[in-house]
Amino acid sequence: MARIDDTLARSADEVKWSRLTARLRGAARHLIGWSPVIVVLIAWELVARSGTVTPFMLPPFSGVIARIASDTMSGELPIAIGLTLWRALAGFLISAVGGVALGIAMARTRLFYWFFDPIISIGFPVPKIAFLPIIVLWLGFFDVSKITMIVFNSIFPVVTATVVGVYGVEKELIWSARNLGTSEKALTWEVLLPAALPQIFTGLQVALPIALIVGVLTEMAMGGYGIGASMQTASRFADSLGVFAGIIEIAVVGYALVKLMSVLRARLLVWHPEALEPTTV
Amino acid sequence: MTTAVTSAAFRYLPIVILAVLWQAASDFGWVSTAVLPSLTSVFEAGWRLLDSDDFWGNAGASIYRGGMGLLLAIVIGAVLGIGMAWWRPLRVVTSPIVEIFYPLPKSALIPVTALWLGFGDASKILLIFLGCMLPVTIGAFNGARGSEQTLVWSARSLGASRLRTLWDVVVPSAMPELLNGIRTALALSWVLLVASELIVARRGLGYLIGFLGDGGNYDGMFAVVLFVALLGFLADRVYQVAMQRALRWRE
Repeated sequence: MARIDDTLARSADEVKWSRLTARLRGAARHLIGWSPVIVVLIAWELVARSGTVTPFMLPPFSGVIARIASDTMSGELPIAIGLTLWRALAGFLISAVGGVALGIAMARTRLFYWFFDPIISIGFPVPKIAFLPIIVLWLGFFDVSKITMIVFNSIFPVVTATVVGVYGVEKELIWSARNLGTSEKALTWEVLLPAALPQIFTGLQVALPIALIVGVLTEMAMGGYGIGASMQTASRFADSLGVFAGIIEIAVVGYALVKLMSVLRARLLVWHPEALEPTTV
Repeated sequence: MTTAVTSAAFRYLPIVILAVLWQAASDFGWVSTAVLPSLTSVFEAGWRLLDSDDFWGNAGASIYRGGMGLLLAIVIGAVLGIGMAWWRPLRVVTSPIVEIFYPLPKSALIPVTALWLGFGDASKILLIFLGCMLPVTIGAFNGARGSEQTLVWSARSLGASRLRTLWDVVVPSAMPELLNGIRTALALSWVLLVASELIVARRGLGYLIGFLGDGGNYDGMFAVVLFVALLGFLADRVYQVAMQRALRWRE
């Protein structure tokens, strides 16, 4: 009896041990994945401290982190990130809903397709950021004009992805649904949208970084707080710590958003294997 | 021929409708011309601008910056990408750096390049170079890695030197993805150029847009905005046609 207890206890220990090593191995793999980032950050610190460049050109990474920490403590940074995120996400949501609606309308109705197709295909490659002063003229300097500008830039990939996705839905699926007496509304919601979701999601994955970037750009150009505005202020006052802090903040926020989208994609589209890396501007 | 023309006309009719609506909006006073100058007055202002040295000076500055930045990005990016695929030590050293900076929003670099090099040409060229290089590098790298190993082996066994194989086998097979990367870079270069000129510059088309707007010359501002939009659109279309021609051998 005692022996059995012994072996049981040992095996429980072994299980614990093997779990621990598995966890360690997972952590190590994680660390290896992040090692390029760590190497670059260490190199940054070393170059900045070596004195080959002035701290004005490249402040040390540790200094930038200290700056980010103090901005977080003072409450300045959370407000800036909050404002930037609110504009970017508001614009992104409007583009997502509006873009999918317009894309479905275009794919389903000839008239819509005829009217919007040339506008979309001409508008997509145009550098829309040039319209910023016009939007400012119409809507002023505040959130409405920034969010409008974000929508204006990020809606294009959503529309084109939706049109392509809905066109790509297998005809047999649509015919079967119709044969079974599905209404047009149910057809859109229960057949077309889910079947086109992989493409639509790819469009959304392209649109989200665009929304963030355009948000930051409008802040740089027009002020009004947010990460972009504080970077621009820092640049104007030759405060290079502030500028580099802004870069780190944008990189982290952008990375978090992109990661969030790919996690969402994995959750929503378990049945669909391919996952595309989104591009950034 | 006539059917092609009529179908094109039918296809682009919505653009004409929008233009007519724009003109009608100001002619019938639906919106104030202070907010939306009429299309004809925008064209007149554009015509006057085309006649002025001021406009061409600014356009020249923009095209110089965009062209130089893009040229550097394409040359260095393509060489780096193909080199990374071809030579392992280079890949080991550079791929982590490429990996980190690829997803970083390039527009975040606008204040940095201004900090480093000031408000002039150099900061814009550096910005466009840094922003546009990585899509080219990634395209060249993926293309060169995707070149069929059997082709490389055949070339080698037929007695081609390593350099010869690189030039005659790897580079052509990298071409499609490389050209796609350059197309992304082209679109990016316009965005970065106009944005940086709007934010920090004393010359250039982006600066001119802001300057005319601040001075209340909205006709001129709309004209330059439309000009920039048209230029960006045409650049993309011309590049697309050229790319299809360059890749005709694949069909």
